[in-house]
Amino acid sequence: MKNSIDNIFKEAKKQNRPALISYTVCGDNNKENSLNILNSISENIDIAEWGIAHNCPTADGKEIQNSSYRALTNGIKLKNIFQMVKKYKKNNFSKPIILMGYYQMIFNYGEVKFIKKCKEVGVDGLIVVDLSYPDNKDFAKLCKKNSICFVQLIAPTTSKQRMKEILKVSDTMVYMISMISTTGSALKVTTKKIIENYKIVKKISPSKNVVIGFGITEKTIGKLKSADGLVVGSAICKEISKSLKHRQNPVTNVSKLVKKLKSKIL
Amino acid sequence: MKLKKGINIIDQHDKFGFYCNGKFGGNFVAETARKPIEDLSKLFEKLRRSKKFLKKRDFYFKHYLGGETPFFKLNNLTKYLGGAQIWCKDVSAINGDAHKAYHATVNALICKESGKKFIAGDTGAGMFGKNLALAAKEMKLSAKIFMGTKDISRQAPNVKFMREAGAEVVPVDSGSKTLVDAVSECMRHYVSNCDTTHLAVGSAIGANIFLKICAWSTSQISRELKRQLIKEFGEIPKLKLINVIGGGSSALGFWNEFIDYDKKHVELIGVEAKYAAPLATNAKVAILHGAAQYCLTDKEGQIAETHSLSAGLDYPGSSPLHGLLKDTKRARYTLASDKEALNAFKLVSKLENLRPSLEPAHAWSECIRIAPKLKKSDVIVVNNCGKGYKDKKIYIENIGYYPE
Repeated sequence: MKNSIDNIFKEAKKQNRPALISYTVCGDNNKENSLNILNSISENIDIAEWGIAHNCPTADGKEIQNSSYRALTNGIKLKNIFQMVKKYKKNNFSKPIILMGYYQMIFNYGEVKFIKKCKEVGVDGLIVVDLSYPDNKDFAKLCKKNSICFVQLIAPTTSKQRMKEILKVSDTMVYMISMISTTGSALKVTTKKIIENYKIVKKISPSKNVVIGFGITEKTIGKLKSADGLVVGSAICKEISKSLKHRQNPVTNVSKLVKKLKSKIL
Repeated sequence: MKLKKGINIIDQHDKFGFYCNGKFGGNFVAETARKPIEDLSKLFEKLRRSKKFLKKRDFYFKHYLGGETPFFKLNNLTKYLGGAQIWCKDVSAINGDAHKAYHATVNALICKESGKKFIAGDTGAGMFGKNLALAAKEMKLSAKIFMGTKDISRQAPNVKFMREAGAEVVPVDSGSKTLVDAVSECMRHYVSNCDTTHLAVGSAIGANIFLKICAWSTSQISRELKRQLIKEFGEIPKLKLINVIGGGSSALGFWNEFIDYDKKHVELIGVEAKYAAPLATNAKVAILHGAAQYCLTDKEGQIAETHSLSAGLDYPGSSPLHGLLKDTKRARYTLASDKEALNAFKLVSKLENLRPSLEPAHAWSECIRIAPKLKKSDVIVVNNCGKGYKDKKIYIENIGYYPE
């Protein structure tokens, strides 16, 4: 089977738009709702990223921390996450799903066992926030061997030389962090600057699908639509928090938000 | 796995920053922080080999921190316990009241060298926070100190020092509201500001470079002690070096110069708090705050909550370097309960003119436990690494008094 992540980008390109990638924390605000949220936004997104909650996240902003906290409080475990991925894929076979988390959760479960389980339930890709190049070489190979896309990250601080090395070993999808920040704060740089950086990455490796993440909201998404893909995370997590605060249904609210986001990149 | 002789323990890592064949340490950090950390590593390696920088460090240690801390025999405690000779390396006599003064000062010096104007650090007991605030003031840097709200309340005297020195104390209200959360928040701050801010990690933890800077700085303690022992005894006598372990920064400084000695000659004993004791209880290896280490976790891999009366010890992880010392059996790790630490404080402060903080009170507890079983020719040295003023309220609440 051809890597479905690769196909997704091709299809989006045919429609002359970036792929839309959502990020939510699996189990936020509870197991049932988080699966309902994903099912309800599935028609408007191309790829779903599901976060594995960890209680010592060193790179997440407040919104995602809140989401992780809710998920953990409601008892989310890796076992549940795998079951939920399986359920999601059953209804949305053509929609790739990427799990994103901190290395500790994988290390504790056991790398080989983790990958095996991912493959079994239909996980298409993995992002490990704190397992950066070159420390991720072996793990990336293990992913490749099991047809799981290991997504390398590139940051504004990444030197050109390092970028080249990372792109050389990377799989089809690469995640470009828009700014020096944890997830989810307001954009500190102009969208123009972000696109400039994006072009540098693309120039080195035109064949890779480069997605931009961090600080992308309803306001900024339209100006970044020349990218291969855009990740919206904190804005969605914030919508869940807001819905809960106002005693509204997070499923319908997130669904509306994602629809709006999608309309801005068409 | 064996320790390499003649090579400083901090340098016994591979090119990826791992100790013990990949078991401990490493650089588990987000891509954004990679470059700043690499830059810092290069700068530190350059500075530690620069005579000019070493001179500057020594100048600050001498004139700003007050120079060599005292080493003396505790005659009353020795007599009372009736076994080994008990000596005290009174690191708490330093300007800054704890060993944290060394690496706070060094971090501020490095920050200055790097050209950055902002410095950020985490603190539990407030000793590192206070010293970092003071060093930042001295060197005209702007400091942000991250501290759990539980610790802000229980270590109020140190918070006052930080604020008076002009530092911004950032309260951290997530998770257990203690050191572990303060470190996480401080690291997040660094990820967001690594282009302008120097990260000063408060203990010998974190990605490789941070624990190296810390242990390199505190090793001043053992350099002094070695000189002082030779002056007193004419040689290095048969020793037991007892030190409390939170993250492990003071022990690494206290032991650094003695690691190459045979353990029958110089025994290294680390004392953890009973419910925050990853080393003494053979916890699993986990990745926390950028490094692989012995760490308390739950079955799922989430970092466990700890409990200690002592804010400085209330931390689920441990330095990767202590993992190395444990696995090579060079050091032995044990634990002491809150009650044992309080009792140790009572006895030590009654017999001697010492007021240890809750952290070294744990080390004193182990000293009291083992001294009676030893011979007169045995020498125990305890690192009295922190002053008790900050815990006055806790002592009064728990034992009813604080001796002035």
